[in-house]
Amino acid sequence: MIKKGNWVVMVLLILGLSTIAFPLYMTIVIAFKQPAEMTNSIGGILSLPKSWSFANFKEAMEVTDFWRSLGNSMLITVVTVILSILLHSLMGYAVGRNKAKSKFYSFVYLFIVSGMFVPFAILMMPLAKQTAELGLANWFGVIVLYVVFYMPMNIMLYSGYLVNIPVALEEAARVDGASTWRTYWKIIFPMMKPMHATVAIITALAVWNDVMTPLVIMAGSGKNTLPLAQLNFQSQFGTNYNLAFASYLLSLIPILIFYVICQKQILNGVASGAVK
Amino acid sequence: MKNERKRTFLLITVPILALFVCFNTIPLIRGVIYSFTNFKGFGTYDWVGLRNYMDLFTDGRVGKSYWFTFKLAIVTTIVVNVISLLLALGLNSKIRAKSFFRGAYFLPNILGSLVVGYIFNYFFTYILPAVADMIGIEALRSSILSNPSAAWIGVMIVCSWQAIAMNTIIYISGLQTVPEDVYEAGSLDGATGWKQFRHLTFPLIIPFFSINMVLCVKNFLMVFDQIMALTKGGPAQSTESISYLIYNNGMSGGQFGFQSANAVMFFLLIVIVSVAQMKFSSSKEEQL
Repeated sequence: MIKKGNWVVMVLLILGLSTIAFPLYMTIVIAFKQPAEMTNSIGGILSLPKSWSFANFKEAMEVTDFWRSLGNSMLITVVTVILSILLHSLMGYAVGRNKAKSKFYSFVYLFIVSGMFVPFAILMMPLAKQTAELGLANWFGVIVLYVVFYMPMNIMLYSGYLVNIPVALEEAARVDGASTWRTYWKIIFPMMKPMHATVAIITALAVWNDVMTPLVIMAGSGKNTLPLAQLNFQSQFGTNYNLAFASYLLSLIPILIFYVICQKQILNGVASGAVK
Repeated sequence: MKNERKRTFLLITVPILALFVCFNTIPLIRGVIYSFTNFKGFGTYDWVGLRNYMDLFTDGRVGKSYWFTFKLAIVTTIVVNVISLLLALGLNSKIRAKSFFRGAYFLPNILGSLVVGYIFNYFFTYILPAVADMIGIEALRSSILSNPSAAWIGVMIVCSWQAIAMNTIIYISGLQTVPEDVYEAGSLDGATGWKQFRHLTFPLIIPFFSINMVLCVKNFLMVFDQIMALTKGGPAQSTESISYLIYNNGMSGGQFGFQSANAVMFFLLIVIVSVAQMKFSSSKEEQL
């Protein structure tokens, strides 16, 4: 099965992998070292640390208020994902089932989906004003905005998936006397499970790593998400790169753990989300 | 019964649509309104008609940011698509440990781009010059991020590092749609290697190529995090992306009105570019 040419491909792939491994290796060794070990030569920077001490991490946690930032990031991500699955699937259902025969729903569909072309840059200044006026310049406002920002993409995904679910199922339920609302939660919502997974993964990755929305909306609230903490405390690291890298590594660890556990689902979710 | 269904759908649609209008459509309209004023972000303001828009065309800094952003978007899109396509072909061939390689090559995409930017910032500032010093490449002895004519290359590399992961996955899903017997039939007609790719594989994955082009151009035109982490628009404003300029001068630089006009123009450009791309790619697909 394995031909000669494939060994060449293998070797090239392994070499290519170094472009990914090297920045990660660099992050890890610098994060564990003490500033005194960082001589100016390349060897001094990239050699393995003399001892694997967690002192940098402990200090970085204090400087960036790590646990609180992590908590905020998790809260925002989890609530956004749950709301997206509930609201966007409902909306995808209402719009998807009606857009073929109703002018109103096909307009609503186009109207929301075209929201994908609206760059954050044009919304950011009015939204900063608007969320402040409404008392939403905080983590809750950020969640509301995420639910709105990812609506176009998710509604497209859900209403596209709905084509695979026959309307006959709902009609049968209706004959049995079930209301549309009940039919949705009992039959349709569970059947859209594969799409829930895709939506959850795409939304979670985007929210977890987003910098701009929290930066613009909750900068004044005194609270940080993980990326925002990196941005806000960058100046405090000064030239102590070991401390800075310990903090970078800390902020990458949660998503790395998530990736190791759900790698397959993430790859499938991201691919099917983008292709549809 | 029919009415119950209609009413339920309406009860779902109206509140969610209202939410969308409230936090997407209304701010968009407000942005357009602000673009006709000299609003500083606070205090009173006056209508200035189209003056902000006239000024956009004569403002050197705005012009520079459009030049930088489009240069970055075009070059990065080409680099990313060439590398991802090669990588996808490699990862889709008969190799050992396929799922390990796919998983590893996707890794950059899940990492937050701000922190990735900080890590590369250090790499460009300390590691690369030290290596260049060692092997004697004069041009790389100082950080490329502090060189106004080369800093954009640093931004390009970091953007590519993360985007290649995503595009490769999309190309792999494309390659998996090509049935094996197409290659078998092709090889009977003498289509192997480059010929096979050019005449068989590539035409069949054009839809995936279009997805990647649209995704890339849109994302790179909106680049922000990488700029924040690598250069903060410098040196000498040579890497100021449009989003960064709008954020910087609009939010805290007292140019709320003027940068709103900039944002409106940016929005229109994104719409034009996206629609043009989709028109172009759908015409390509029909030819098959």
